[in-house]
Amino acid sequence: MESDFLPRAGLQTLLDILRTAGYRCIGPQLQDGAIVYGDLARVDQLPLGASDRQAPGSYRIEQGRGPRYFAWANGPQTLKPWLFVPRESLWRVDASRDHGLQFTSTENAPSQPLAVIGVRACDLAALQLQDRHFLEGPFRDPHYAARRSDLFLVAVDCSHPADTCFCASTGDGPRADAGYDLALAELDEGFLVRAGSERGAGIAKSLKCAPASTAQEKIADDEWQACSRQQKRHLPSRDLREALFANLAHPRWDTIAERCLSCGNCTSVCPTCFCHTELDDPSLDGSRSEHVRQWDSCFTAGHSYIHGITLREDTGKRYRQWLTHKLGSWHEQYGRSGCVGCGRCIAWCPVGIDLTEEASILCEGETA
Amino acid sequence: MSNPHLPLAAEVVERIQESPTIFTVRLRFSDPEQHAAYRFAPGQFNMLYLYGVGEVPISIVSDPADVHLFDHTIRSVGRVTHGLARLEAGDRLGIRGPYGRGWPLDQAEGRDVMIVTGGLGCAPVVSVINYIMRRRDRFRRLVIMQGVKHSDDLIWRNQYAHWSEQPETQVLVAADEGSALWPWHVGHVTELFDRVQMDFGQAVVMMCGPEGMMKVAVKELLARGIGEDRLFLSMERSMKCAMGLCGHCQYGGAFVCKDGPVFSYEQVKPLLGIRGF
Repeated sequence: MESDFLPRAGLQTLLDILRTAGYRCIGPQLQDGAIVYGDLARVDQLPLGASDRQAPGSYRIEQGRGPRYFAWANGPQTLKPWLFVPRESLWRVDASRDHGLQFTSTENAPSQPLAVIGVRACDLAALQLQDRHFLEGPFRDPHYAARRSDLFLVAVDCSHPADTCFCASTGDGPRADAGYDLALAELDEGFLVRAGSERGAGIAKSLKCAPASTAQEKIADDEWQACSRQQKRHLPSRDLREALFANLAHPRWDTIAERCLSCGNCTSVCPTCFCHTELDDPSLDGSRSEHVRQWDSCFTAGHSYIHGITLREDTGKRYRQWLTHKLGSWHEQYGRSGCVGCGRCIAWCPVGIDLTEEASILCEGETA
Repeated sequence: MSNPHLPLAAEVVERIQESPTIFTVRLRFSDPEQHAAYRFAPGQFNMLYLYGVGEVPISIVSDPADVHLFDHTIRSVGRVTHGLARLEAGDRLGIRGPYGRGWPLDQAEGRDVMIVTGGLGCAPVVSVINYIMRRRDRFRRLVIMQGVKHSDDLIWRNQYAHWSEQPETQVLVAADEGSALWPWHVGHVTELFDRVQMDFGQAVVMMCGPEGMMKVAVKELLARGIGEDRLFLSMERSMKCAMGLCGHCQYGGAFVCKDGPVFSYEQVKPLLGIRGF
């Protein structure tokens, strides 16, 4: 693909253009020992020279002296909390003696459109799945839609996979190939820029870049291809639906249950998990109540509670629900697996349960 | 943009105590235009919102032709339903709905119909029984099977007695534990299939209740020649949104709220009776 070349100093120009165009820019930054999104005004806020070392139950940042901003894989935060926010009001109701109950929709539209710098291919794939869930069913969610509509995405191709990454196996990375406005491939001396939308092309044009050289294109291609080859983990197949549902009584579920803490970390860091609960937050004087939605997890007892019965009373049933859904019944719902290979559930599991290992054992005999 | 999460204000017109723990509320939307525009099909449900407490999915028991009011029969069992139990005529609540796919009444027309219920879950099918009774000429034989744990749990007892006297209608009721003057069977309702008089070769069966009971009933019915595509089950799962968004009601790949709550047996067969789904 034909790309433009943006010298290293040009990244600040890109930020300035987006900010001038009215976007609130966020980008990856080092906070409390992890790389997460934060408001971004200057490129020196980016994690220059940082790399991440990830393993089951482990995530460590190492500070080096390298020239790159994006020489790491991913942090615990996905795009998810920026669109499907962890807790938000859906509507409120006012009660009065004269007028009964008055229901009012909560306006959650952002005052400023959001631009996200540094989105990885796995998270773009996850965003497409969240879009399908919140926007393309019989009921379009207006709160998600309001945040999604003007979102500007600047993707970055991955060149430095973590040990927990397996996007090559799910087909979702390491190179961003759809769903972005602009995509960057980072080289030591700057960035190759390609546009993925009309809006992106407009912004790219105002960067006034020269075309990239063939040599630069080759380095970038070699890097993402190497990134793909370096990934050690993989899933046995992209469609494990039949294999998982044929093994619902597999003894391995009990083995996992002995380790799993049912804490829900995996569902929180998963970029595709969409479960949420709804609850009321009444005012102390009783005149008003906010109806709130809040992230929930299939690892809680309340998730399967129904008139006095908890259907998934033990951890084994909860893990089985999560995995058979994520890798199995997602296919029925959204035409593909719900896993994009980001590996976050592996790194952020406090006991280091590895989804790829468990899927391989449960679906033994399946080949990619 | 319209907000599908937003309930409409409604008011309780009448409240009927059906048993010590079961009650019916008869409702009307506060806005007459909203009330006039409201339509539902038997087997569908509404989300009932109790002010300051929360929402709960409840099936609609009244007839879709009753445009005056719509009814919900509720068992007081959890946080929200305990609160709903205290509603009185004139009280306000919020309603969203109707949601879900109801009973296959079109498919049942011109055929024998069997209704099988267990436990206290009879409300969703009573709407079907009443629907058929009011349009009796469109359906052939009607067989009503109802099982309860204790004879005292049977609500609408007079109605069952009344239905049993109707032409081309058979009523089979069973209680695990009977009591004095209990006129029906003592034991499981699933023991009564041999007494059923209908054409299993073409009948449509609709059932709801505990999944263990439904699984046994399915086995008995398949053995008597009911086709898998003529067996329908109403499923229950936790629901927060009723729009396929919150994820709580997932049953394998199905969202019970929008793909159900009524499913054909073919759809639920792989997971029916497996604990944890």
